[in-house]
Amino acid sequence: MSQRALDVSALPTIAYGPRASIWWGVLGLVAIEGSALAIVGVSYLYLRQNFVAWPPPGTPLPALGAATGDLVVLLASIVPMAIVDRLARAERRRPVAIGLGVMVLLGLASLALRALQFAGALGCRWDSHAYGSVVWTLLGMHAAHVLTSTLENALLMAVLVVGPVERKDFVDAHVNAFYWYFIAAVWVPTYALVYLAPRFL
Amino acid sequence: MSSTVGPTSTLAPGEAARETLDRAALERVWSTPPGFLGWLTSASHKSVALRYIVTAFGFFALGGVLAALMRLQLTRPESRLIGPDLYNQIFTMHGSTMMFLFAVPVMEAFGIYLVPLMIGTRNVAFPRMNNFGYWIYLFGGLMLWTAFALDIGPDTGWFAYVPLSGPAYSPGKRVDIWAQLITFTEIAALVAAVELIVTTLKMRCPGMSLNRMPLFVWAMLVTAFMVIFAMPAIMVASTMLAMDRLVDTHFFNPAEGGDALLWQHLFWFFGHPEVYIIFIPATGFVSTIVSTFARRRIVGYPAMVLALIATGFLGFSLWVHHMFAVGLPQLGEAFFTAASMMIAIPSGIQVFCWLATLRGGRIVMRAPLLWALGFIALFVIGGLTGVMTAAVPLDLQLHDTYFVVAHFHYVLIGGALFPLLGAVLFWLPKMCGRMPDERLGRVSFWITFVGFNLTFFPMHLLGLGGMPRRVYTYARDAGLTTGNVVASAGAVVLTAGILVFLANVAWTLRRGAPAGDDPWGAETLEWATASPPPSYNFAYLPTVDGQAPLWSTQERPVVTGLRTDVREVLITDGVDATPDHRHRLDGASVWPFLTAVAATIGVVTALFTPWGVTIGSLLALVTLTGWFWPRGAPAHETVEQRP
Amino acid sequence: MSRAAIVVAAVACAACSGRMPVLDPGGPQAARIATYWWIVFWLSALILAAVVAFLLHTLAHRRVAAAPASLVEDTRVERRLALGVAAAVGLTALTLVVLLVTSVATGRALRSFGGTDPLTLEVTGYQWWWDVEYWDPVPSQRVRTANEIHIPVGRPVLVKTRSLDVIHSFWVPGLHGKKDNIPGHGSSLVLQADRAGTFIGRCAEFCGVQHAHMQLLVIADQPEVFDAWLQAQRRSAVVPTDAFARHGFDLFMTGPCALCHTVLGTPAGGRRGPDLTHLASRRTLAAGTLPNTVGHLAGWIIDPQAQKPGAQMPGNAFGADDLSALLAFLGGLS
Repeated sequence: MSQRALDVSALPTIAYGPRASIWWGVLGLVAIEGSALAIVGVSYLYLRQNFVAWPPPGTPLPALGAATGDLVVLLASIVPMAIVDRLARAERRRPVAIGLGVMVLLGLASLALRALQFAGALGCRWDSHAYGSVVWTLLGMHAAHVLTSTLENALLMAVLVVGPVERKDFVDAHVNAFYWYFIAAVWVPTYALVYLAPRFL
Repeated sequence: MSSTVGPTSTLAPGEAARETLDRAALERVWSTPPGFLGWLTSASHKSVALRYIVTAFGFFALGGVLAALMRLQLTRPESRLIGPDLYNQIFTMHGSTMMFLFAVPVMEAFGIYLVPLMIGTRNVAFPRMNNFGYWIYLFGGLMLWTAFALDIGPDTGWFAYVPLSGPAYSPGKRVDIWAQLITFTEIAALVAAVELIVTTLKMRCPGMSLNRMPLFVWAMLVTAFMVIFAMPAIMVASTMLAMDRLVDTHFFNPAEGGDALLWQHLFWFFGHPEVYIIFIPATGFVSTIVSTFARRRIVGYPAMVLALIATGFLGFSLWVHHMFAVGLPQLGEAFFTAASMMIAIPSGIQVFCWLATLRGGRIVMRAPLLWALGFIALFVIGGLTGVMTAAVPLDLQLHDTYFVVAHFHYVLIGGALFPLLGAVLFWLPKMCGRMPDERLGRVSFWITFVGFNLTFFPMHLLGLGGMPRRVYTYARDAGLTTGNVVASAGAVVLTAGILVFLANVAWTLRRGAPAGDDPWGAETLEWATASPPPSYNFAYLPTVDGQAPLWSTQERPVVTGLRTDVREVLITDGVDATPDHRHRLDGASVWPFLTAVAATIGVVTALFTPWGVTIGSLLALVTLTGWFWPRGAPAHETVEQRP
Repeated sequence: MSRAAIVVAAVACAACSGRMPVLDPGGPQAARIATYWWIVFWLSALILAAVVAFLLHTLAHRRVAAAPASLVEDTRVERRLALGVAAAVGLTALTLVVLLVTSVATGRALRSFGGTDPLTLEVTGYQWWWDVEYWDPVPSQRVRTANEIHIPVGRPVLVKTRSLDVIHSFWVPGLHGKKDNIPGHGSSLVLQADRAGTFIGRCAEFCGVQHAHMQLLVIADQPEVFDAWLQAQRRSAVVPTDAFARHGFDLFMTGPCALCHTVLGTPAGGRRGPDLTHLASRRTLAAGTLPNTVGHLAGWIIDPQAQKPGAQMPGNAFGADDLSALLAFLGGLS
């Protein structure tokens, strides 16, 4: 071609992290969901003003057991996810598939612990009072994210097992990991707000 | 008038044959399937954006009919033409349609059409998501209007204040439909926003560092960020409302510790930025049009960019000025008054920069510029009345009166619709390859301008005269008749102006003279390709070395080496736009459409039972699996290892 | 030119302000706001005139553009333009500071007004009428009325706004700005009339089907007239002695009326609708929808939905004689 051309044919076709457009797409998703959770969190504090006691009389303090177990599972799950992330960058098909399988199991464990929280630990229903409404919503929103990400991991695992596998599938595993870090990390403030804050507010 | 510094011109003559071959290959890969299937499946930013624009103007027409009905009802005092129940549906539908189904989507649609062209790439970052967003938007609009046709349109205002919109005072499905409409439009708006941000940050042609980005692209970037942080508030609020109504939560029920003011905070935390989400893209239109017809760059580009960003931030700090009549602590009032007035400074910077650009330029008076100039005058009025309502003492009188109706129509029609119509005339040649009629463009401007002022200026006086908003009638002796008659007469003129404008567009599409690549002598990259642009936008992606690339006399290299047998685009660095890697985009697919159908089934079912959420999610799981399941990637991208 | 038309209209606005309650204040609070309004109005008019004049001047003296656009710029011209923008921005900021300071000062004045012994009213918004209670330390001395407020000239009136259903907004533009009535939240404002007269008030927050017909009247009287009125309002109704009116009384008490309306001194104690103890002394019916005449009252009782579609009051199928008797009873509630 002419010297007046900028030849890009030698550039790679795959990139990870902020170099990849899909990473920015997931960052946008994280910003949206983070904002939504933050807004529910602020609503929680706003509604607090309408109550003398928090939780309201008749509702016990939320029990810590299942939620703390959830916290441990989610924080611990960052490790296998980070390993999957590294394996994905090395484009290792089989190990990545296995790692995603582990992540699916951890996601299901978190959801099971979440179910226990809804069933007993909160000590109230969503329709008991505004307190019940807002804590159910906080936990429910977060659980929806765990479920979504777990389904994504399962789908990607299926793709890697069945094939044909494309190189971009590894970028997908990489951004799944990015999304999962967000979900695990955001459980910390959510947990603090729902389970610890009533003990101090 | 013609500019020949298009990227293709830099190829040596001997390469013309090669270019012809490349174009043929690109056309095969990038073209949308023909016919109905193509319509469902398109992954082209241009065809999706044009559909968006046409649909949005369709909703604009419907919203306009509702406005006309309201003017008809209010022309006479104590009129019995339209009863209160229907009237309340009409004004709710008018507001919801204009805000959610027209203004925001049409601005984002212009962004989706223009941004990839302006930054020199082939498509948006996530073409299938783009198509999905359109269908969600269309289905949401159709659901709302179907409900209205069945006399179950929402009737508690576009702001749906609780407890009026709560289960106790609005039984039935009307408010549920409104809340679900919010879900639809918020998904569509968020999809488009992420789309625009990633496209802008990662797909700018080599050399287009952030400080060389066209102001319109800056405007869309800031807008998209505002959407991302504003929409979650309404998403959360409307979900809370829907849950209060459907599963008996108590977010807004004072008897169980809920709070009516929580809704107002959440709604306006979204609702005020919403105005800027509509207005900021309009400033991008104006900057482009003013610069083009003043034949010079905008004065104070850095100041303009900073003003846009400052508006984006400040837009989130003044929601409470919609709540002054609630009764707030004094310090809070002072803070929000100060913030609301402060936002006049970035707006002022932009107005002064446009005026200085005109002053320092050599003005070519053409119809699009006329709309931009009309905008400046009307927006200054709307801005000044905005400062008035930002002051607590005045707001206590003006709030919820026709003065506010006048104010925000000056901001939204004067400040956003006028630039939008100017933009339609300006980019119509690019979109359809034909020139609009100059005389009709001017005539429609003057009729619209006169009609607009005749309609909305008297509303200031009606407000000062004590006329509250959202009343379906007023008393004979209230002293409000004259102002209302003038406003209704003005509405007739305004409608005539819009009709002449639309006639011009229709005429252009059928009979307009061929436009050529760059009929206005404009500077941004969309004018460096054919009108209408080919499916792949540019045969070779351009590179730039400054602002206003088409006004540069320097020849610039073009990008070569992108594959022409798959939909490959160039991903560049977010700040300085150096080439980073090549990336294959997805092509046409029916799954986005099917996913939108699944989501719609879920949302409509959720009107009746919470299980709708589950049903919709399961259906979406199926369609999303179809969407992302790999089928036949090109050989060079598949991986050989077996598990 | 239509821009000229705007200016003309603005001047016309100034000229006809006498008919606009916001700009025709009847008391100190509204007067403060009106003063602030005129400051902002004239400053705004000046800014608009300057911008439009600059724009028109630029267009009138525009250079002819034969050559295509160019990126070559004259640095001296650019400097001049940039300085112009900077100066304009500076002026804007200065104007805003002036407006902010005057706004805060006006706001403080509005808040601190009140005195030590205001007349205290509790105004509760209902769909679609106003309940008014004149507060008094002695419960039996409190007065309840609806849709019509009498106040003494020259004395501050503390209005406590509240609601038990949806959000309403109490707004008497001739006396003060508005204050929302929000369920779960109490709020208040202090207003005062400096001249005798009738001020129209309206609900300013959309509150449902009949938001348009939710007016109230504020009638400012000289203190002695007001005192007499208040004294009269404290009296309970008396059971009519006249046989015809007595029949109306019985109909009221045994029919649907008493379920929703209170008439002090009688068994009727419903609270869903306005207190009717002194109905005949009021000027309007149905929150300003109709003038309070016998004919309108009759029409209202028989078919309220025809006058105010969606109102909470159901229609009543009284025969002509019964209706006349009822009207005779109601006419005696002065």
